[in-house]
Amino acid sequence: MNSIISVKDMCLWYGDHQALKNLNVEIPEKSITALIGPSGCGKSTFLKTLNRMNDLIPGVRITGDIRYKGADIFDKEVDVSNLRKEIGMVFQNPNPFPMSIYNNVAYGPRTHGITNKVQLDEIVERALRDAAIWDEVKDRLKKNALGISGGQQQRLCIARALAVQPTVLLMDEPTSALDPISTSRIEELILELKEKYTIVIVTHNMQQAVRVSDYTAFFLLGELVEFGRTEDIFSQPMDKRTEDYITGRFG
Amino acid sequence: MKQPLSKKRKIYEVLMKALMLLAVGLTAALVLFLLVYVIVKGVPNITWELLSTKPSYLTGRIGILPDILNTLYIVIATLVIVLPLGVGAAIYLTEYASNQRIVSIIEYAAEILSGIPSIIYGLVGMLLFSNNMGTCLMAGALTLVIMNLPTIMRTTQESLKTVPRSYREGAFGLGAGKWRVVRTVVLPGCVDGVITGCILSVGRILGESAALLFTAGFAHAVNGIIEGLASPGATLTVALYVYAKEQGEFGVAFAIAAILMVLTILINFATTTVQKKFAKKRS
Repeated sequence: MNSIISVKDMCLWYGDHQALKNLNVEIPEKSITALIGPSGCGKSTFLKTLNRMNDLIPGVRITGDIRYKGADIFDKEVDVSNLRKEIGMVFQNPNPFPMSIYNNVAYGPRTHGITNKVQLDEIVERALRDAAIWDEVKDRLKKNALGISGGQQQRLCIARALAVQPTVLLMDEPTSALDPISTSRIEELILELKEKYTIVIVTHNMQQAVRVSDYTAFFLLGELVEFGRTEDIFSQPMDKRTEDYITGRFG
Repeated sequence: MKQPLSKKRKIYEVLMKALMLLAVGLTAALVLFLLVYVIVKGVPNITWELLSTKPSYLTGRIGILPDILNTLYIVIATLVIVLPLGVGAAIYLTEYASNQRIVSIIEYAAEILSGIPSIIYGLVGMLLFSNNMGTCLMAGALTLVIMNLPTIMRTTQESLKTVPRSYREGAFGLGAGKWRVVRTVVLPGCVDGVITGCILSVGRILGESAALLFTAGFAHAVNGIIEGLASPGATLTVALYVYAKEQGEFGVAFAIAAILMVLTILINFATTTVQKKFAKKRS
């Protein structure tokens, strides 16, 4: 496996509280990595560090080293806009902007300087197709995005993230606010996206981790307890704490 | 449970209810009386000639066209200056400022500023503006800018706070810079707050007299907007004061009063309409 993001000795503090402790992990390219663990274990915090969304939170301090394709993401030369263009994000609750479906998807490309109408049309269609929502919205691209269902909104948000042509897609519990049918559609979609993208997904749902992911990282109290192939983690975990968690003894 | 209330308690209940009814009745009567009185005394005096001419000392004719125009100019000039200032300050304080202590000090100062009697603004405006640029509508407008700045800033801020965090996160997550996020996602979400602030300010400007007596003067000349702003002039409220107090023209004063009252009702109506419209859009 080739790793695309490598994390070395990373620690993160919220003020005086240490939320992540000495993380070391290599995220494999073009595969799906699931981050699991009980609430408050730091998995979402870790995810948001990878594209520096934690910059937005006052009082966060990070030490250690995170490299994307070999380059330090905290380097002063790094433009955080370009980093987030490469490493896109889908949030827990669908958060389309209160504008048309088309403008939602075109928001990212426009942000990065694409203004040509023909080119934008192409990007929007491809992103919506890749997110498996094109057929449902192609006749109402000019309609407000808040008018479609929650599951559709989440796929629209995935399309919006894909439209900037990222390499990595971070997903923070993307199905926790959705019904079972929407959830399974998104899971199918995630599996298809693996062909082109590296995906890191935080999930509370262990069945989901088993269904979609190739690799699993188990977090507990800010530590990365175990990382490995998903089938290994779930069939023969090395650590007692992992075993206790996946067999439902706590969490 | 089924025992009837004692006589004493019954009387007490009835008495209290009667007192409250009296309070409501008096309040309603006062408001209605004022409205009806002003309309009845004012409306018959509103003639086309009054609205469309300027006063002439030769013929003794009184017209309020200059005062209407002056009011319009001062509203426009004030809004043109106060909007970018107030909205800009609100955006900075809500979206950019990192020192929360300073933000709350500024917010507190704005809160106090909006409670100061307007005659104090007039005094300060006279020293700051009129003494330097002469008594003119522009000096009045600048004084009103200081007066309305807190209103615009606070309503915009409150409205910025209602824009969900998730919109900002979504935009940042796509690699948008701070200003792009503010311009494309945050500002469109707070247009209603800005409009509400504007309407409230227009109401305050229409009703303001004390601050303008010091700064804008009393002239009744018909001017274009540029010339008008550079020369002294009375707005409707100031004209009302002048006609009633110095010339004893109560008919004219009541006509102006009626016009102002109708404008106030229209402004209240506009505010609620805007708020309803946006509330509907949100849900």
